[in-house]
Order: sequence, then structure tokens, then C-alpha cells
Amino acid sequence: MMTVSSTQNNKDFIINNILLNESEVFTNDVSDKLSIIKRDKITFPIITVSQNSGSIITGAQNLKELIKNYLIERNIKATVIEVGSLGICSIETLISIQLPGKTKLLYKNVKEENFKAIIDGNFNNFIVEENVFCQFRNKMHEPYENIPYIDEIAFFSNQQRIILKNCGIIDANSIDEYLAFGGYKSFVKVIKHYTHEDVCNIVNQSKLRGRGGEGLYTGKKWKTALDTPGDNKYLICNAGESDPGAFMERLLLESDPHAIGARKAFIYIEWEYDLAIKRLTNAIQQAKEYGLLGHDIYKSGYSLEIIIKKGAGAYVCGEETALISNIEGKRGRPRPSNAAINGLYGQPTVVNNVETLVNIPIIIEKGAQWFNSIGTEESKGTKVFSISGKIEFVGLVEVEMGTKLRDIIYRIAGGIPNNKKFKAVHIGGPTGGTLSEEHIDTLVDYDSIMLTGASLGSAGMVVLDEDNCIIDTVKYFMNFLQKESCGICIPCREGTRRMYEILENISKRPKDDFGHLSLQRFKGIMQLENLAEVIKDTSMCGLGKKAGYPVLTTLKWFQNEYEEHIFERNCNAGVCQELRTFEINVDVCIGCTICAKKCPTSAIVGSIKNAHFIVQDKCIGCGICYNACKFNAIISK
Amino acid sequence: MPEIDSILEKYPIIQTDNLISILQEIQEKFGFISKEALVKISDYLKIPTSKIYGLASFYSQFRFEPKGKYHIRICNGTSCHINSNLIILNELYKKLSIKDGEVTKNKLFSFEETECMSGCGYGPVMTINEKVYTKLTIDKVLDIINFYMQIENQ
Repeated sequence: MMTVSSTQNNKDFIINNILLNESEVFTNDVSDKLSIIKRDKITFPIITVSQNSGSIITGAQNLKELIKNYLIERNIKATVIEVGSLGICSIETLISIQLPGKTKLLYKNVKEENFKAIIDGNFNNFIVEENVFCQFRNKMHEPYENIPYIDEIAFFSNQQRIILKNCGIIDANSIDEYLAFGGYKSFVKVIKHYTHEDVCNIVNQSKLRGRGGEGLYTGKKWKTALDTPGDNKYLICNAGESDPGAFMERLLLESDPHAIGARKAFIYIEWEYDLAIKRLTNAIQQAKEYGLLGHDIYKSGYSLEIIIKKGAGAYVCGEETALISNIEGKRGRPRPSNAAINGLYGQPTVVNNVETLVNIPIIIEKGAQWFNSIGTEESKGTKVFSISGKIEFVGLVEVEMGTKLRDIIYRIAGGIPNNKKFKAVHIGGPTGGTLSEEHIDTLVDYDSIMLTGASLGSAGMVVLDEDNCIIDTVKYFMNFLQKESCGICIPCREGTRRMYEILENISKRPKDDFGHLSLQRFKGIMQLENLAEVIKDTSMCGLGKKAGYPVLTTLKWFQNEYEEHIFERNCNAGVCQELRTFEINVDVCIGCTICAKKCPTSAIVGSIKNAHFIVQDKCIGCGICYNACKFNAIISK
Repeated sequence: MPEIDSILEKYPIIQTDNLISILQEIQEKFGFISKEALVKISDYLKIPTSKIYGLASFYSQFRFEPKGKYHIRICNGTSCHINSNLIILNELYKKLSIKDGEVTKNKLFSFEETECMSGCGYGPVMTINEKVYTKLTIDKVLDIINFYMQIENQ
């Protein structure tokens, strides 16, 4: 069986001919061998199985082993490789089959039940139409007829994949393959030829902005850390929020602690991301073997060590100073200091998120000018979004800064399924903002999004359709934030809780209309906006400052929905349980009396074997009758 | 317990940086952090137990009582919420009469709401021990729980 695993032979070849070869021209021998590693020329079929957290959910965990065993059973010589995600999670598990001389063919929705048929079919020139997705374009290979190329699929053709270009294609566990595709080249280039200042200047010129939440200029941050004197300088990579597996595992390492003169780098990653941690550990191990990490790397006089720190589940640790506290072994609470000057152990520290760092090697390789040519005036480059919710294709998409929201939602992600109506899109996680249909032509970049009152944040997009209630969604975010607030700033700790209570009040039916209850309820609502503003102004860290965003944006763009809940006590989407009203369909009701017996307020009247009736004034909307009825005679409105 | 000692020995330099890693390793090994473990760590790192408990309870990863035989984790991420996981949560609460973070009296089921499990295309998502269940509906959830209850009754 042919393998391209890490043999000594391969290792020396790659280090000498590719990694340390500074010209782009290869001798025939080298390019021959390279094309084998790159899988352009193959002698045995190759099957790739996508293994990422999204596909594992659908049961891909065993699929690789099952395929391997099946091939052995059938005595077929072929290599099975584990790859990351292509970014399209809705049709996982994806497997690809590449026969010698033929193009690589991608299959979707592969499961334990159907993989045998697909593989058998492919080897016998029969393509299972139900599962075939697309083929990869390659001039050296003979294409299949009547099957679209990957660049003809709308999901991919409308994206600009720079950061994600290798995701889902290269072997996630092999450093050889990554090197063959040009990996780590920028790293070697930098440590051999550039000074700290050079790198800072290049990054500064590229106008790269942090992809985390605030959108600060990365170059400036680095420069501050570089200029601050300190015994040790640290780089921390914040991988706490990025989607695991699917993302960029290997690319990560290439990022460049050299620029600030750091000797130690940390990668902060949530403990739950098993697969990502496994791959990262493996990648670091391999990089060490190849001399890319350690003491005096390739005789450049530069040393680097990378340590993985597992997060313990606290949302606030996405904040850079809180993250530093976490690494120091303390409670993850933010502190009022600039990390670039006074960070980890009081030393200058740069905290960047994965996506920011992944941009660096590309900038080094292609230059700041090239990077400047992509994107809008103040937001350069591309941005990776995770898109989910009520959308046809859930997954990761990468687009140029300044793409319209409409293009992302409808052209790339395929729009809203089941012919439902688009209602809103929420951008930036729990501390982000919700945009309505009138913003669908907004350009996606830091400043345009900021103008609408939302923030790009970690760039998660959640699409809501007509069946979702805005109040309910905001309530969900507030509940999340009040749980995750670290408790240092009182406005954030108490304010988020209060906002949650007010929203809870809105989505409830009052027990009675007497006394102060109604008055209190109304007073709360009047104060909601004020409260959100105060929290924004008086909190220390990003979480608190942005905690009011969901409330403020929805108050602005979905005022009618608030009013409907408050004045009419009606939830059009039917999500707020207590605001539902129930009616009995007289044609279906047979008069079994079950609902009447169960009703806690005796709101249902009627005699045996005659259709019943709900007295709306007595009904509290608990829904017990709705669940109890065996004949679906009760209609919820 | 000797296992705790062997974990502690992996961190020969006594400094507070390692506290979270130690707690994580102990939880991985035992499934929860016992009182004994807290005392041992406190002796080793020379930090008061109150401080350690304070830190551990700050983070949502750590739990202080053992899991049930079937540990149910249900995703409460945004995408699952949008796909109405609330109905399913409530149904489970009712069926097992426990709340988030609790264990049933017979120690069979324990329940945990988690952040996104990255099954956003297949929500609502739930796992029982290692097994994953996707695109849940009320009927599906009840079937699954009944199935486990039946196994136990036999």
C-alpha cells in the first residue's frame, strides 16, 4: 500500500528541496516527487474522508475505519486519508474518491449504510447519482462527464477562499503534505531574512485588523509589544471561539511570534474541542521533528516553544486580559490593563485570534500591497463567517470584506429552506446585533456593520426566519450573558440579569391586571434601553460593553415586535409559550373532557360527547390542554 | 488516592499556573472533582481549598458530583435554540424530573446543557455518553429515554 506518511526519506527531501528552497523553480525530479505528495500523480486510488466535529455528529467517527476494513476485505489497494472540513456542514459526511488518471470526485451525505454502494460504484464506473456532489478541476486528470466542477457550485464559486484554501483538501495529520503545498515557507523566510521591525512594518502596511471582535489594527498592537521593554514576551493565540476541526489547525503554527520577539507562544483552546486539540498536538509534535520549533531554528538564532492551554469553559475568557488570567491559573476575569504592555506575568503579550494569525503568513508570502488590494477602504482582506440557523447550507464561508449580506445568505448559503420568509440575521454571537430585512444589502466590513449598531464580533451569523421570535432570541442571549458575566463590574453583573427579567416579563402573560404588576412591567420596558446604554458605558471589558447590543439593535429595528408583545400580548411566531392563545376546533373535538379536567384555571367548558370551548379571559396560555388532546382538536395561535 | 498523587507528580514545579490543568486532568480521570481531590491539591500547591473551589466553580467545565450512568448533554447553542430545542429541554426535564447539572435519584441519568457542539446543521443535538442524536423531536427524545430506561429495567 502506498503511503505518503512521514518517512525519513520524505522528510529530508521536503526540508531540503521545498522548505529551504527559496526560488519557486523546481528541477524535474523534485516536481515529480512533489506531484506525488500533492496527489496530482497517483498509482493507487485515494479516498479522503472528512473528519471534523460537524461530520462526527453525523457519525463519521467510524467511517474511516469501516472504509479501510472494507477495502482490505475486498482486496482493493487504496489509501484512505483523513481531511478537515470543506466548510459545508449540512451535507456531511463528505468523501472523495480519486482514481489514477481521473479527477477527484466528491460525494455528499455518506453514511455507514451507503458507503459500500458508493465505493463499489465508483470502482466499477457507476456513479451513485443521489450522493455525487462535484469534481475537482485538474488539467492533468481526465474529467467525468455531466458532473459539475467544484468551482461551478454556487456555495464555492461565490466565495474567495484564501484562508480556507487547504481546508478539507489536505491530510489533516501530515506535515509533509502541508509543506508540499507551500506551508511554513513564510515562517522560514521570516526567521532567516527579516528583523522584528520588518515584520511589524509589513503587517502595519497591510492594514490587517484583528478578526476577534474589536477590529483593532494588528500591526499597532504588535508594535506596542515590540517597543515595550520586557524580559520575556509572549504570544497567545486565542482559539477559544473558533470552530474546531473545521478550521485551520495546521496553518496556525505558521503564524509569527517572531515579529514581537516572543520566545514562548500559547494556544488557548476550549477543552471540549477534542479533535482540534488532538490535531494541534500532533502538528506541534511534527513541527518539532522537522526542526521548525525549538532552539535556534534553522540556524537563525531564533527559538520558539508552543504550549497548548486548555480552557475550562468560560465565555469571558475570549476577552484578552481574562484569557491571560486563565493561563496564569486564576479565575478568568478581565483586568484594566493593556496586554501589549502589561500582559502575561506582567510582560508584554500579544493576543490574537486564529484567523488573524492565519492571515500573517499569506501577507508575508504575497506582500502587503497584494493584501491591500482585497477588501474595502478600511477593512482589508477576507473574512471567514460561520453561518447557521434557518439556512440551506450551514457551514464556514470565506468572502472578501465588503461583500453584501444578501450575497452571503442567498447566493452562497442557499437562502432560507422550506420557502419560509427571511426575518433577521444575527451577527457576532451573544454580544452581537440583529439586523432586519432592510439591512440585507449592507456591506460586510467592520465599519458598515458598526453603523447599523451591531458588531462583526467573532463573525458567527445566525439566520432567523418567520418562525423565530426576536424577543425570545434576545432573551436567550441575555440569559447566556447573565450566566457568563464574570461579576467584577456591577452594571454588567446585575444589569444583564435585570434585562433578562424584563424580557421574561414581556414574554409572559400577567397573572392579573390588578395592583402594581402591570405598572412595574411597563416601567421595566421603559428602562430597557436606558439600562443597556448604562451597561455599555460603565463596563470594563468587551463582554460588558457589548452586552446591550442585542437589546439595542432589536429595539431599533424590531420595535413593532416588542410593541406587539407588550400591547397586544401576542407572539406572532408562536414561540413565546405563555402568549399563545388556544382555540378548540369544534369539528374535530369529540368531547372526551380530558382537556377540561387538566385545565388548571377551569377555562375549558363543555359536556361529555359535545365539543368544548375555551373561555379566553380565564386561559393563562399554559398549553397543557394542547399537549393533552389526543385528537389535535386544539389549535395554537 | 494514588491516582491523584500520580497526576500531581506530573507537575513538579509548584506554581499556581498549573492549577487549571491539574483540575482538568483529575476531572478527566474521575469524571468529577471530589472533596478529597480538592484537599490534596490544596496541600500540594499550598493554596486554601476555598480558593480552589472558588476557581473551579467559576468555570463551567468542572463538576463536583459524579455523573449518572447515562450522561445526557444537550446542546444549548444559538443554532439549536433557533431550531427550538427549548421544547425538547422541557420535555426532558419533565420526563426525568431533574434540572440542568443534576443527577436522578437512582443515579442513572445526569443532565447537562452545553455550549455549541458544532452540529449546527443538524440541530437540536444531544449526546448520551458518546452516542450522538441529531434533529431531535419530542417523540424521538422520548423514544430514546424510554429505550435506556427499558435496558435498565431488564
